Amino acid sequence: MSIISREGRSVLIHDMCLRDGMHAKREQISVEQMATVAKALDDAGVALLQVSHGGGLGGNSLQHGFALHSNEEYWDAVGDVITQATMSTLLIPGLGTMDELRTAYSHGVRSVHVATHCTEANTSPQHIACARELGMDTTGFLMMAHLNSPQGLAEQGKLMESYGAQTVYITDSAGYMLPEDVVSRVTALKDVLDDDTEIGFHGHNNMGMSIANSIAAIQAGATRIDGSVGGLGAGAGNTPIESFVAVCERMGLATGCDLFKLMDMAEDIIFPMMEHIVRVDRSSLTMGYAGVYSTFLLHANRIGKKYGIPSRDILVELGRKKMIGGQEDMIEDTALTMLKDRGLNVAV
Amino acid sequence: MKKIKCALIGSGNIGTDLIYKIQRSEYLEPTWMVGIDPDSEGLRRAAEMGLKVTADGVDGLLPHVKEDDIQIAFDATSAYVHAENSRKLNALGVLMIDLTPAAIGPLCVPPVNLKALAGATMNVNMISCAGQATIPIVNAVVNVQSVDYAEIVASLASLSIGPGTRANLDEFTHTTSNAICKVGGARRGKALAIINPADPPMIMRNTIYCVTDDAPDQEKIKASVLAMISEVQKYVPGYKLVNGPVFDGNKVSVFMEVAGLGDYLPTYAGNLDIMTAAGCRTAEMFAKEILEGRMELKSMEAVV
Repeated sequence: MSIISREGRSVLIHDMCLRDGMHAKREQISVEQMATVAKALDDAGVALLQVSHGGGLGGNSLQHGFALHSNEEYWDAVGDVITQATMSTLLIPGLGTMDELRTAYSHGVRSVHVATHCTEANTSPQHIACARELGMDTTGFLMMAHLNSPQGLAEQGKLMESYGAQTVYITDSAGYMLPEDVVSRVTALKDVLDDDTEIGFHGHNNMGMSIANSIAAIQAGATRIDGSVGGLGAGAGNTPIESFVAVCERMGLATGCDLFKLMDMAEDIIFPMMEHIVRVDRSSLTMGYAGVYSTFLLHANRIGKKYGIPSRDILVELGRKKMIGGQEDMIEDTALTMLKDRGLNVAV
Repeated sequence: MKKIKCALIGSGNIGTDLIYKIQRSEYLEPTWMVGIDPDSEGLRRAAEMGLKVTADGVDGLLPHVKEDDIQIAFDATSAYVHAENSRKLNALGVLMIDLTPAAIGPLCVPPVNLKALAGATMNVNMISCAGQATIPIVNAVVNVQSVDYAEIVASLASLSIGPGTRANLDEFTHTTSNAICKVGGARRGKALAIINPADPPMIMRNTIYCVTDDAPDQEKIKASVLAMISEVQKYVPGYKLVNGPVFDGNKVSVFMEVAGLGDYLPTYAGNLDIMTAAGCRTAEMFAKEILEGRMELKSMEAVV
């Protein structure tokens, strides 16, 4: 039984501004901004909002950057202002731990994406079981899903379901997928999962396909969609919720969200917060095209500038080396190796 | 020369690779392998290589400890069952080399603190593959100047990570983070692990970040890191510096790679080798102490 009300919703929208959006803000969102965004989301009828460091639990690190505040401070600030929405977080085993999940619960978090790379679901059974024991709305979140076949992904999703996941997400971390890729994966999952297990889709807009992909997911049977108001997220951002809701309304899909409030929020709150305009630009498009983890964007831009190598060259090389989420250290390493290969001195 | 007889508990990747390492040792002899699945690849190989085997867990080994003169056991099962294995074998006077993240005994990274442990314990913990690959570097920086915070990132090939490690990721994180401080000498520590399924499999990579209290002494740190790498290379020849040290303010970054010997799994599984080679080196030190009469193993009624 889900703890989230589905009344008046045929699609459950899960906002990522305050988690994936942290990547686009180099983890520098203040608690005041968190509260402002959360209040607006709550008021616009968004049922689920994810709140934490961009890397989720345990994300504060040299590898992923240190946020302005601790996750606990963010949860407390958001918990104070929401009335109907449920707060969620992200847990990637190997980075976050069950102790941190219990702490999240004690600060009011009631839903979690337990995330693994799309072939490594069997690193998550303890964490998924722990979330269920806590009584949380529990999702198994298969990242970089373009790197596994529909059948392979279905097997991984089935594993997560067997550990206790109530929803299985197809996560297009690189913004690489096309609608047909999404449909084949949702269909494969639907074929193997129990009827009461939900399917979700988390897109990135690196190829400009996030809304089309989300709609394709729904038409194939998905019932949960991750997005963010104004698309505030890694790479070219997540599925922009205000546009997505407008499309849903035209299609007669009930989201339970107030379209005009979301539009106003994007314009008046989210865009003024952006340090750079989150859009399909040279680097983010490269990620979508080459299948690179969206979070690498700002790191690659920074390292490219430091060593005088175009970030596009670094991103393509990372894609070729099949680097996955969490391997941000390999961005600088790859740049240094590229410099050596080009016969240039490494001046630091 | 007389060798110390050893039992290997756990017939997964680590246990199986250990057979090869121990067989080459001057001081150790692999005698028993303990598993729980009679059809496991590890037990089959062990039997082929001339070891006695049991699929009845540690209880299948206990009746043979005295008659076969087992003095050292390597535990490569999981953090959850290690304490019980250790209690049963310590009670019979068997010294435990713990390759799980259970960490009930003192932590050991051979080039950093092996000598200090001589004769002092009946249970030694080898931390984790990432701990073995990164803590020497943290310690090399600490030997030059104080480190407020050290963070390590280990990227491992999916094919090299068995079910035990997959079910122990939280323990891996806790044990490794703790060891970065306790053994490495940093004031605060954090460990991250990533399992990458790329095909062909990626070689084990480790990145070590240290934040020094004062501006880093670049020349001294470089020299200390290079010296430490040669120490590790004595038992893991494929331990190699790829890039760095890179200095950025007080942050020192070192990018390492570990290639294995290809004994059980192919050379990409350097994580396997650095763990088994460190375990073997540690056991050899104790074996030498025993053989040369400086250490006597005593039965222990209980371990707290």
